[in-house]
Amino acid sequence: MVSAPVADSHTRHRRRTKENEVLCQRCKKQQATIHLTEILSNEKRERHLCEDCAREEGIAIKAQVNLQDILSGMLEAHENAGRDAGLRCPDCGITYAEFRNQGRLGCPHDYDVFAEPLQEVLAKVHGATEHVGKLPRRAGADSRGQRELMQLRRQLRSAVEAEQYEEAARLRDLLHEKDAAGETR
Amino acid sequence: MKLDRIITSPSPWLQPGGPNDDIVLSTRIRLARNVAGRPFLTRLTPEEQQDLEAYLKKAVLAALKPDAFTWFELEAMPQIDRQCLVERHLISRELAAAEGQRGVAVGPKQRIAIMANEEDHLRLQVYAPGLQLQDAWQEADALDDRLEKQVTYTFSPALGYLTACPTNVGTGLRASVMLHLPALVLTRQIEKVFNAVARLRLAVRGLYGEGTQATGDIYQISNQASLGHTEQEILSTLGTVIAQIIAYEKEARGALVGDSPTAIDDRVLRSWAILTHARIISSEETLALLSAVRLGIHLKRLNGVDIGTVNELFLMTRRGHIQKIRGAELGESERDVARADYIRKRLGTN
Repeated sequence: MVSAPVADSHTRHRRRTKENEVLCQRCKKQQATIHLTEILSNEKRERHLCEDCAREEGIAIKAQVNLQDILSGMLEAHENAGRDAGLRCPDCGITYAEFRNQGRLGCPHDYDVFAEPLQEVLAKVHGATEHVGKLPRRAGADSRGQRELMQLRRQLRSAVEAEQYEEAARLRDLLHEKDAAGETR
Repeated sequence: MKLDRIITSPSPWLQPGGPNDDIVLSTRIRLARNVAGRPFLTRLTPEEQQDLEAYLKKAVLAALKPDAFTWFELEAMPQIDRQCLVERHLISRELAAAEGQRGVAVGPKQRIAIMANEEDHLRLQVYAPGLQLQDAWQEADALDDRLEKQVTYTFSPALGYLTACPTNVGTGLRASVMLHLPALVLTRQIEKVFNAVARLRLAVRGLYGEGTQATGDIYQISNQASLGHTEQEILSTLGTVIAQIIAYEKEARGALVGDSPTAIDDRVLRSWAILTHARIISSEETLALLSAVRLGIHLKRLNGVDIGTVNELFLMTRRGHIQKIRGAELGESERDVARADYIRKRLGTN
C-alpha cells in the first residue's frame, strides 16, 4: 500500500516480531522501527529506519496522542500540584487530585473550587480564560447582565489605562445606570 | 424511524453536491451542554444517570418535533448497531462503549444527532455535506435555543457553558471539517499542513478520530480552543485555514496531473480494477483504493463512475455496516469476502 512519509511507530512496530528484526538502513546500528513504503512517480521504495535516523531525515513519527494524556501531563506539571491536590469540592466531593487523574470534573461548582489551578490549565488549552461567546437566553437575563457589566468594567479599565477619559466617563455613567436598574446581583 | 432504516439510508456527510465537495466531505458542529443543578456524569449514581436520561429524552423530544426525531437507548442496543452508529458519526466511540443509561436522538435525514449522557449531559451535533460552517452553525445555534426552552443549562458568566472537561468549556463548540486530501499525501506535503494547523490551536484527526494516520486520505480538522473566542471567531479561523488547505490540495492535484499523468492514471485505474474485481478485500485496502478512485473521478481521469456511490462505499464497507448488510455476525476473513462482494455489486461488476 502507498503511504505518505508519516509512520506510526507503535502499530508498525508491533507487526515486526523479534525473529525478523531489521537493522536501520541509514546508520546500520540500531534496530529499525519505522518502516515506510514510498512511491515517487513510478518507483516504489521500501525503507527501514531507526527512530533517530527517521527524525534526522525529517520524517514525522506519529504516535497516538491522546488529549487526555496531554491534559494529565499538563496537570502533573502544575507547580502547586502538591498544594492543590487536596482541594475538595463540598458539592460533589471530588478532589483536585482525582480530577487530575481522570481529566473530568465532578460538578459545575468545581470550576469555582479549583479556580486557581484551573486558570493555568485553561490558559494553556485555550489561550484564554474568559468566555466571550454565546449567552443562554433562559438561564439568562441574570447571566447576560453580569457578563455585560463585566465587559463594561473591563472596557472602563482599559479606557482609564489608555487615558481616554471621555470614554471612561461614558462607561462609568453606563455602569451606574445599569447598577441603578438593578441588573447587578 | 427504525434503526435498520437509518443504517441503510444515505448519510448527510457523504452526499455529493455540497460546497467544495471535491475536497470537503462534510462539516460538523458540536455543542457541549450540561443541565443546571446536576453533577457531571462522573459523579452520578446509576439511578441518577437513569433519571437524567429520562429527563433529557423528555426534554429533547418536547423541544423538537417528536415525530421527526427518534430516540435510541444505547444500553439495550446490540453491539453491532452501536458500531454502525459510530461509523455514521451519529454517536461517539465513547458513548458506544460507556455504561449505564444513555441515548441518542437522531433527526431527519441524519443531519442532527443529540447524545445524552456522553461525557457531558448533552452533545448536540449538526452535520452538513461539503463546507458549510455557517449553515451548520446556524442550525446548531437554533437547535440549542429550542432545547434551552426545556432545559436550563449550567452557565457561568466568566467561563461560559460549563463542561465536564475543561477542554470544552466556554462556547462548548467544536467545529470540524472532514477533508479528502489524497494529492497532499501523494506529494508529501501533508506534514506541512499538520504543522501549520497545530500552531493555530486546531486539531487533525483521521476519519474516525484515530491519531493522524491516514484512512483513505481523509482528515478531520477542528478547533481545540473553545474559550476566549466567540463562535464566529472560531468558525472564521477554521474557515480560513480550511480554505487555504483546499487551495493547496487543488494545487497539488493540478501538479500531479501536470507532472505525471500516466502515473496518476495507472494508480486510479489499478485501484478501480482491484475494487471491481477483488474477491477478498480488507477495510484498510478498501479505503486506500476508494481514495484513489475518488481522486480519479474529480480529476476526470475516470469517467462514468457515480461519485455518490463511491462516497457511500467509504461508509458502507466499514466493519459494522458490512455485517449489517449481510445480516449476520462475521469474522474478519468472512467480512473481507462480504466486503468485496458488496463493492462489486455497488460498482456494477458483479
